[in-house]
Amino acid sequence: MAMLNGLLSKAFKKSIWVYHANSGGCNGCDIEVLNVLTPYYDVERFGIKLVGSPRHADVMLCQGPASRPTAKALLRAYEAMPQPKLVFAIGSCACGGGIWYDTYNVIGAIDKIVPVNFYIPGCPPRPEAIVYGVAVALGVVDKKVAPVRFKQLEFPIARYHPQDLVEEDGMLVYSKMDHI
Amino acid sequence: MLKLSKLKEAVICLKAGKVTLPYPAAPEPVPSNFRGRPVFDPNLCIGCGGCANNCPAREILISDVCQEIRIIRYSGQRCSYCGRCADLCPEQAITMSGEFETATDNIQDLRQELEVFMGTCQRCGRCFKNENPLNDLILKGYRADDLETNRWVHTSRSFLGEGDFGDLKIELD
Repeated sequence: MAMLNGLLSKAFKKSIWVYHANSGGCNGCDIEVLNVLTPYYDVERFGIKLVGSPRHADVMLCQGPASRPTAKALLRAYEAMPQPKLVFAIGSCACGGGIWYDTYNVIGAIDKIVPVNFYIPGCPPRPEAIVYGVAVALGVVDKKVAPVRFKQLEFPIARYHPQDLVEEDGMLVYSKMDHI
Repeated sequence: MLKLSKLKEAVICLKAGKVTLPYPAAPEPVPSNFRGRPVFDPNLCIGCGGCANNCPAREILISDVCQEIRIIRYSGQRCSYCGRCADLCPEQAITMSGEFETATDNIQDLRQELEVFMGTCQRCGRCFKNENPLNDLILKGYRADDLETNRWVHTSRSFLGEGDFGDLKIELD
């Protein structure tokens, strides 16, 4: 992550131009991305500008799952972008395939087609979440999420092992019984 | 006339003032009914599996690794934050938090995993939840066979092994 951040600060020193690719989403994330460009969440103050062609873009913002008809077009748009390039998966469809991840015409998440650098989950993500994702990508802030695993507390109670049974005076005695 | 309309426009623009939110510099409060990332409480969860049954994205998966432990996995990548799991949960173990700053470079960071000790049905061998927390204390899940290797006893008879115990009858609990 630190290496990637260093690389990003070197490669993306100047304004980032973003290309907005929807590969079969419901337009919810599109509206949120365009909301980011409005005066309320004015990202042009950070130099982020929307461009119409992937050949001009540094960053591709992907919305929607990779569907069967659009996967090829998405890959072509990705290949048309000049190096260095970043791909953002915006919304739960792009991150994991969405609710219809297993239907016949949905291939799944964007990262099955193009390598994704940053994920912004949400259905749709808030405009603030998108701004935050861009800030994480630029190394301005650190990411907050981490995988969580809750384990139950274990009480060490000695188990009953038949090999601990010993014969004394014609009786079977459980030898570990004293220690329990 | 043209100049007057321009002047009117300028007045309207100036009236609006500064509308840009200072978001990345200052935190932005979420509305009270905002549904963010669901948060699981392991102390309240009884392992009923209602959330897994009703998740539209099939995002919550339940697996019984053995007869005594149920693992509830939430991978978080295609969650649409609909809040049905939180609505359904009988113990309110799932709450939709206002957390929206979940951008990450690794999708596995959104994962949450719960481990719940369950009772074992003596007839079918499936997991069930005991009536009260005191009954949990006699569950096999609360006992670790080998603390160094942290090995779980997968079935009640697994520790007997292949050996021949002759006439010896062991009463299993």
